Amino acid sequence: MSGAPLIEVKDLGVRLNTSRGPAQAVRGVSFALRRGETLGLVGESGCGKSVTALALMGLLPESAVISGSIRLDDTELVELPDKAYCKLRGNRISMIFQEPMTALNPMHTIGHQVAEPLLRHTGVSAAEARQEAIALLDRVGLPDAAKRIDAYPHQFSGGQRQRITIAMALACQPDVLIADEPTTALDVTIQGQILDLIAGLVEERGMAMILISHDLGVIAENVARMMVMYGGTVVESGETNAVFTRMGHPYTQGLFRARPRLGARKGTRLKTIAGTVPELADLPAGCSFADRCAIVEQRCRVALPAVVDVGASHGVRCIRTDVSMAAGDVGA
Amino acid sequence: MSAPLTASAAAAAIAPGARPATGFWRRALRHRSFVLGAGLSLLVLGAALLSLVWTPWSAYDIDVASKLHPPSAAHWLGTDVLGRDIVSLLLVGARSTIMVGVIAVGIGLTFGVCLGLIAAARKGWIEELIMRLSDFTFAFPAVLSAIMLAAVAGPGMLTSTTAIGIFQIPTFVRVTRGSANAIWAREFVLAARAAGKGSFRITIEHVLPNILSILIVQATIQFALAILAEAALSYLGLGTQPPQPSWGRMLNDAQTLLFQSPMLAVYPGAAIAIAVLGLNLLGDGLRDLLDPRLARER
Ligand SMILES: Nc1ncnc2c1ncn2[C@@H]1O[C@H](COP(=O)(O)OP(=O)(O)O)[C@@H](O)[C@H]1O
Ligand code: SF4
Ligand SMILES: [Mg+2]
Repeated sequence: MSGAPLIEVKDLGVRLNTSRGPAQAVRGVSFALRRGETLGLVGESGCGKSVTALALMGLLPESAVISGSIRLDDTELVELPDKAYCKLRGNRISMIFQEPMTALNPMHTIGHQVAEPLLRHTGVSAAEARQEAIALLDRVGLPDAAKRIDAYPHQFSGGQRQRITIAMALACQPDVLIADEPTTALDVTIQGQILDLIAGLVEERGMAMILISHDLGVIAENVARMMVMYGGTVVESGETNAVFTRMGHPYTQGLFRARPRLGARKGTRLKTIAGTVPELADLPAGCSFADRCAIVEQRCRVALPAVVDVGASHGVRCIRTDVSMAAGDVGA
Repeated sequence: MSAPLTASAAAAAIAPGARPATGFWRRALRHRSFVLGAGLSLLVLGAALLSLVWTPWSAYDIDVASKLHPPSAAHWLGTDVLGRDIVSLLLVGARSTIMVGVIAVGIGLTFGVCLGLIAAARKGWIEELIMRLSDFTFAFPAVLSAIMLAAVAGPGMLTSTTAIGIFQIPTFVRVTRGSANAIWAREFVLAARAAGKGSFRITIEHVLPNILSILIVQATIQFALAILAEAALSYLGLGTQPPQPSWGRMLNDAQTLLFQSPMLAVYPGAAIAIAVLGLNLLGDGLRDLLDPRLARER
């Protein structure tokens, strides 16, 4: 937990071409992670979480304009040529995707797909890669790994497939793991198992992890630090405990009130945040949450609010924290 | 030994298409247009192969004394204006037909698929350039380009077939780029890129295998179109040159005698129709059979 950060992101911005012209999908995202540290990214769908992740992976469309800085150890990743990026992806920085159904190529055996990164990034022989793939599949809890290594993706269930994609992502012992909604497409009963598996692997290998989810519950249980995203900006960030104890941003508070609760009587309406996540082209000037905020004022729309420190390394991007945090017991 | 049994039983329960080969043929034999199309196509192929080892008479020997004979025990479908045996001409003509299809589709497929894959993988101005070029070629009438090529290289089967092949490139470019773009947008390609694969490897390992069935279907249909185009060019005198028999040439020869011996036009016409119909039905059948949505009912 000491020394220089493994990955350091400073003032990351992403401009994308949308059907309605170029638009700023991500603004002013900054964070740093050391080995073994975990960071959660939470927000409704369309808030820019995946775009942030893909920017780190260098996988955005060529037309995307990325500003700011992403440093992995001493390498600057923004503007890094694709050839050099290819050497890092899967090797030093890896990603797990939401849809295990589609993240595997239907035409290749799972053994091939797990062994492939090993063959490419490390100097092992085909036989060694196969052995390593079996060991990995075993480690991620795929039953009968040695026997099923030559089976095709469609012969596995969703949870098993996600285990396979995790094995694939971890094959080369990456330093940074990005998990983008790794359990969203899975059955609730399996979600916990997969998250536990990821947490175990992160700890075992001392990776840095960025876990992306729209589910506050998942974030609460799996990461030490968190960032709440809305409209492409980080509206609140801090230690997970601190944020859950004293939520400062009206959006975080809204997310918390809208979370589905176990044991709620069937048919009880979920409280939701009024309105929907705007399209990029429709983001309001100033605070991006202004159109849905209950305590919005005229001055909220003037400029992007600055981050206000409301605790030790706990920041909130809102100009009315005095009001939003006054009630104190939003969680109740 | 019970473990592998349960594993494969579970696999079979999850996906009926676990063993694609047997499943494919079982479904194929129940598919009417596939069976009919395959049958007709095999008929043409069989005729071509047979002509390599045996024809009732020589398809090249001219015997004007026995011209325009009606069907008989010696000449099952009679003889043409030069006294050549019609059956023999049809058999050897099948060979030209298949040659034409193979060469034309070979050219179209090779160049079209490569360019389409490059366009999809590289994007940007390279894609733009490839697509504009193929639009340009596509806008050029096939017959016109065949005539121009014939003017330069002299008429003949190879010239006309090459022209047809070139004309088919844009079709393959479009089909390839369209379906390859769809694959590039799939999450497993993103996952492959996240695992560090470059665009060449992704094209070979992920894109090509996943668009293969579409290309096979398209090739079948283009094969039929090539046959039709070559027949038309031969009919115009730009394709296969005498004495090499071809169905298009037979039609050309028959036109002057259309009222005297109409059957001389009917035979090659029917042969062309069988080949084209057979390939189209085969293509339709393959389209259904290779469609992964139908093949792997989840
Ligand atoms: N390739 C793209 N081109 C244009 N717009 C995009 C692209 N990818 C995502 N977007 C837009 O960027 C915004 C953020 O998307 P995303 O990061 O996927 O959200 P999420 O937080 O759900 O992961 C959305 O409005 C989405 O429509
Ligand atoms: S800045 Fe204004 S609009 Fe934005 S969250 Fe705070 S109070 Fe609401
Ligand atoms: Mg997302």
